[in-house]
Amino acid sequence: MVNWSAEEKQLITSIWGKVSVEECGAEALARLLIVYPWTQRFFDNFGNLSSPTAIVGNPKVRAHGKKVLTSFGEAIKNLDNLKGTYSKLSELHCDRLHVDPENFRLLGDILVIVLAAHFGKDFSPACQATWQKLVGVVAHALAHKYH
Amino acid sequence: MVLSAADKTNVKGIFAKIGGQADAYGAEALERMFIAHPPTKTYFPHFDMAKGSAQIKAHGKKVAAALVEAANHIDDIAGALSKLSDLHAQKLRVDPVNFKLLGHCFLVVVAAHNPAALTPEVHASLDKFLCAVGNVLTAKYR
Repeated sequence: MVNWSAEEKQLITSIWGKVSVEECGAEALARLLIVYPWTQRFFDNFGNLSSPTAIVGNPKVRAHGKKVLTSFGEAIKNLDNLKGTYSKLSELHCDRLHVDPENFRLLGDILVIVLAAHFGKDFSPACQATWQKLVGVVAHALAHKYH
Repeated sequence: MVLSAADKTNVKGIFAKIGGQADAYGAEALERMFIAHPPTKTYFPHFDMAKGSAQIKAHGKKVAAALVEAANHIDDIAGALSKLSDLHAQKLRVDPVNFKLLGHCFLVVVAAHNPAALTPEVHASLDKFLCAVGNVLTAKYR
């Protein structure tokens, strides 16, 4: 069980309250595919991923980014039961999608950078630390059912 | 991993934008790393870790200087950082995982201060460059 202090919960919800799930999700996924191009291996059916411009403008990337970050929002609502919240998604990513959990860590770090770009100074070191912890436990929960 | 001509242009460009702020960015990257990844502090037991610490500022300046030097000699990072590479292999022996952590925090600092400049393409190039620097610094470890 992960312990969250009152301050950590506050740092998470105050940032999340100002996040556009659609914009941030799209940006995070696009950057993942651009910065770590090997992650494109999971998206053969997404159409044109041939350049950063193509990736950023790709409607499937945007839609999937939104889906991923919406799921992240579920985690934030269930900070005290992340493993339970992500149990089915974990099985899915292992058994059907065959995604190496390292990719969850990569996406988590990208999300932190996207938040830093959006919030600037407001994304303080304490804020970053809390969010690094959050993306870490989300990645861990998503990997938990792997076998 | 190879730095393309476009990567090199992007890296030189972002460091030109950072300009004289590089020292401050170095210090902030360290500060963020120490707070977000506490085990990294084990390499600095002698440091005052309080906010605004003179030691963190000084060390941030050293880190920034090395990055700037690497960017200015981007065609031969190994040559430019050869002495630093020896130092890390023989004396400092910082576990390789920590260079990724500091590189990530440096990206966070750049993003926080220059969101418009850190386009996805520049982000990719800078990430590759920071990886290359980390690789050079650990190249002689064994």
